[in-house]
Amino acid sequence: MTTLTAYIEGIGLLGPGLSGWSEGREILAGRQAYQPQKTVIPPPELLPPAERRRCGEIVKLALATSTEAMAAAGVGASDLPSVFTASHGDGHNCHTICEMLASDDRQISPTRFHNSVHNAASGYWSIATGAMAPSAVLCAFDASFGAGLLEAMTQIAVDGTRCILIASDTDYPEPVFSVRPLSELLGISLVLAPEPTPQAVARISVTFSNEPVDRLSDEGLENLRLTIPAARGLPLLRVIAAGETGRVVLDYLEETRIAVEVSLC
Amino acid sequence: MNPLLISHFTATSSIGRGLDETLAALRQRTPGLKPCDFDTVDLPTYIGEVAGVDDVVLSAAMKDFNCRNNRLAQLGLEQDGFAEAVRAAVGRYGHDRVGVFVGTSTSGILESELAYRRRDPDTGALPPNFHYSKTQNTFSVADFTRHYFDLRGPAVAISSACSSSAKVFASARRMMEAGLIDAAVVGGVDSLCLTTLYGFNSLQLLSTQACRPFDAARDGISIGEAAAFALLERVPQNPAPDALLLLGIGESSDAYHMSSPHPEGLGARTAMEQSLKTAGLTPDAIDYINLHGTATPSNDAAEGKAVRAVFGSATPCSSTKGATGHTLGAAGGVEAVISLLALRHCVLPGGLNTTQLDREAGLNYLLDNREQPVMRVISNSFGFGGTNCSLIFGRAA
Repeated sequence: MTTLTAYIEGIGLLGPGLSGWSEGREILAGRQAYQPQKTVIPPPELLPPAERRRCGEIVKLALATSTEAMAAAGVGASDLPSVFTASHGDGHNCHTICEMLASDDRQISPTRFHNSVHNAASGYWSIATGAMAPSAVLCAFDASFGAGLLEAMTQIAVDGTRCILIASDTDYPEPVFSVRPLSELLGISLVLAPEPTPQAVARISVTFSNEPVDRLSDEGLENLRLTIPAARGLPLLRVIAAGETGRVVLDYLEETRIAVEVSLC
Repeated sequence: MNPLLISHFTATSSIGRGLDETLAALRQRTPGLKPCDFDTVDLPTYIGEVAGVDDVVLSAAMKDFNCRNNRLAQLGLEQDGFAEAVRAAVGRYGHDRVGVFVGTSTSGILESELAYRRRDPDTGALPPNFHYSKTQNTFSVADFTRHYFDLRGPAVAISSACSSSAKVFASARRMMEAGLIDAAVVGGVDSLCLTTLYGFNSLQLLSTQACRPFDAARDGISIGEAAAFALLERVPQNPAPDALLLLGIGESSDAYHMSSPHPEGLGARTAMEQSLKTAGLTPDAIDYINLHGTATPSNDAAEGKAVRAVFGSATPCSSTKGATGHTLGAAGGVEAVISLLALRHCVLPGGLNTTQLDREAGLNYLLDNREQPVMRVISNSFGFGGTNCSLIFGRAA
């Protein structure tokens, strides 16, 4: 079976009670207790003021985790290919558009419309960072993290260049919330390289698998994994945080999972 | 890059169901656009509607996927023996070795737009037969395709606005090259909805007539809908001379503006240059350019500059959006199929609706069809948010 290998050079993490990788790793490794609380997204300093006002939470979340990951890796964005993955776009914006289109006033604003595209985060990110490298923008519903990881790993394997994976999910308001109960925001970014570098923290090898999925022993963290598609990557981060070497199985599509062999650098 | 074999392909748009009708419409220059009469839309614009989408019936096992976008997807899959070709490939490679990569911009959002009209007046709840994950969600059309063929391999929706179904070729090619899969169903499906009609209207980008790409007086797009698919496989050792291949792919980002192209077409230029580089070709090897050519003043101006910078002014080119309308997330797929038809049948389709060519663009823009040998074609797709992709297709010999 085909195995794809890459080196993680930088990690970004933001979610409920997880304010960044440096703090989150302590929680994921079990060295610090997990206390769920609302995700706090820092202001997107990278964006010009006009864009900062216009963009939605999913854009700010993607900017926050990618900034942390790129800083840790010591790489800039200008020639960094990107892979954006999300189980849906900006749910609040989508709700307002659907509400307006069902009303007598269908004149949605230009900003609302351009924020509705699934690649809004990719677009704002490339504007903010000046990145003219290719950007892949994916959705695979609950399997979105796995889809993004596979795309990033194949870019590394085939193109032989560094890339950044930016997985983000945000909440939905009612009435969609009742049929898609996403109440929290969580994002994970990984800067990946084809070769080991001084800043590499872990080597990962990825393959398809039908083994049982790894769960998180902390109930609160496991709840994140089960309810936010981007959090399906947390078991991988936990292994790295704990300084372990070993195999972790991530949820992907119903009958297909992704096994990741992790060894620390 | 290692070329890939396009073993089967099909397209269904407002100019026809399947390849025969599409080719006949291109040859006869039959337009697919008409004044907008979609749903309750009250905008003075033209649309490219696929006839009979609402008559498509999904199987009982697939009924939760029922929405205009998936009905259109099924209609598209069932033309030209495409579904049979995929099933044969699944037989050869196995259910877990065939990937699905479908581009869409709005997926089944129309289903949500309609559901919002039927919210419970007391609780605000959506109607009980609304299936979010199987209709509205961006993944829906890729998931539909995967279930339609009972595939177990990787599946993903690519959603980078109007470059979506060009970008599917890039992701599929990487996954095949990496060895995770042996074949890929790639495509694009986007269907008419209020979000895009009123959205593009808000940006003042809708033409009040059938769109006129590269016309000096062009004034915006006409929105269309379409489903286009291709089956990608590895090139056999001795491909038939008339085998059609994917030779090159170029991708870039504008990093400029959410809804306007880079004024000099910098990202577009990079995508075209990259595609030539990956194909190992020089610009003079290209016989025809299928332009993105949306017919907005700024898009066509930027693309014209980019094309001139890469190819000069002599290479024959046209936009086929005057025929099909801008099918958004399906445009890359539809125009890939039109490019493949140009290669197979040696016909370069002239653009429709354009009467006064924009001389400033400085391109060899075809206003009439041209019959000539065609060996290699480039197809451009540039999206909102500045995501660009150029594909090069060619004959094996």
